[in-house]
Amino acid sequence: MASLDDLKKRIASVKSTQKITKAMKMVAAAKLRKAQESAEKGRPYSEKMNNIILNLSCGISDKENAPKLLSGTGNDKVHLCVVMTSDRGLCGGFNSNIIKKAKSYFSKILSEGKELKIITVGSKGNDQLKRMYGDKIIENISFKESKNANYFDADKVGKIVIDKFVSSEFDICTIFYNQFKNVITQIPQAQQIIPLNSENSEDNTSEESYEFEPDEDEILSNLLPKNISTQIFKAMLENSASEQGSRMSAMDNATRNAGEMVDKLTIQYNRSRQAAITKELIEIISGAESL
Amino acid sequence: MKEEFKVEIVNPEKSFLVKEDVSEVVVPAYEGEMGILKDHISIISFLKPGIIKILSKSGDNNYYVEDGIVEFKDNNLSILTSSIFNIAEMDKSKKQNLLKQAEIESSKQELNDQTKYLIDQKIEILKTLN
Repeated sequence: MASLDDLKKRIASVKSTQKITKAMKMVAAAKLRKAQESAEKGRPYSEKMNNIILNLSCGISDKENAPKLLSGTGNDKVHLCVVMTSDRGLCGGFNSNIIKKAKSYFSKILSEGKELKIITVGSKGNDQLKRMYGDKIIENISFKESKNANYFDADKVGKIVIDKFVSSEFDICTIFYNQFKNVITQIPQAQQIIPLNSENSEDNTSEESYEFEPDEDEILSNLLPKNISTQIFKAMLENSASEQGSRMSAMDNATRNAGEMVDKLTIQYNRSRQAAITKELIEIISGAESL
Repeated sequence: MKEEFKVEIVNPEKSFLVKEDVSEVVVPAYEGEMGILKDHISIISFLKPGIIKILSKSGDNNYYVEDGIVEFKDNNLSILTSSIFNIAEMDKSKKQNLLKQAEIESSKQELNDQTKYLIDQKIEILKTLN
C-alpha cells in the first residue's frame, strides 16, 4: 500500500498532466477551426481544376500521344508513394492510421514483385517507416517552419514528384493522407495521382465542345503538373485539419482519463487517511482501557 | 435581356472573388488579351502575367495575375490562379518587391526561352504599375 505522501504526489502529478492535455486540447481546437476553414476554402480550386482536366481529357483527340502524366508510361513496375504525415506527435491515431494504410499497400506491391520508392512528407511518418522500409525512402520532406499548409510548400513537393517522373524514376504515384470527415473521424486515403485516375470521379462532363487556346495538348501538358501540386495541396489541407481534429479528440480523452484517475486516487487517499486516523484512535482507546 | 454573367476567381487557399453582375472581363490570355462578354463560346485558355479587368455595374476592378487558367462555360467564367492581387490594394512596396523578385528570376542563367519571355512580360507589366 502506497503511503499517504506517495499518493499525494501522484495526485499532484496527474493533475499537472491533466492541465497540459487540457491546454493542448484548447490549442488544437483553435487551430482546427482555422485548418478546417482553409480546407473548405481550398476545395473549389481543386474541384474546378479536376473538372477542367476531365473536360479536357474527354475532348483530347489523339489518345495515343496524350501526355504521359495523364495516360501513364504504360508500365507499372516502379511505384512511388508519397506518405503525408504530421511533424508533431500527440495526436492519437492520426499518423499510425496513415502508416498502417501505407504499409498494407507497400506489402501488396512488394509481394507482386514490383519496385517501391517512398517519399515521406512530415517527420513522424519518416520515423515510423524508416525502421521497416529505410532503404526504400528516397526523400524526406518536412515543413516544420511553415505554420499553416500553404501552396508554395505543396508546389515544392509537386515539383519533386514531377522531376522524378520526367526522369522516369517511377511509373505510378500514389499519395497517402487523412481525409477530414469530422473531428472524430478521419479516413486514411490512398489516391493515385500519376497517371491520373479519372474513373472514380463522377461523370459530370458535358459533351459540349470547347474552344482551346492554344491547342488541347499544350494546355493539358501545362495543366497536369499544376494539378499534381493542387492535389498535393488538397491532401496537405485535409491532413492539417485531420491532425488538429485528431489531436483535439485525443487530448480530450486524455483529459478525461486524467480526471478519472485523479478521482480514483483521491478516494484511495481519503480512505487510507481515514484508516490511519481510525488506527490511531484504536491505539489510544485500547491504551486507555488497559490502564 | 440581361447582359451580365458570373465570374469567379479562385486561388488555392480560398475563393478570391465571386461577382454576379459582370458585363465584361478582359483577361491576359496566352495568345493576347481577350475580352469576354456574355454568351461567349466555351473556352479554356492560359493566362500570362498581366492585368485582369472586370467591368461591372457596381464598378470596375483591376487585378494583377502572374499565371492561371480561365474557363468559360454556360456564362460562368472561372479563373484559377495561384497568384493574384487587387491592384487598388497593392501599395508601392508590394509592387517593388514583386518587381525585384521578377528581376532576380530573369537574371538566372538556365532559363529557357518561354519562361524568359514570361518573366520579361511580368517585369514590363510591373514597371507600368509602378
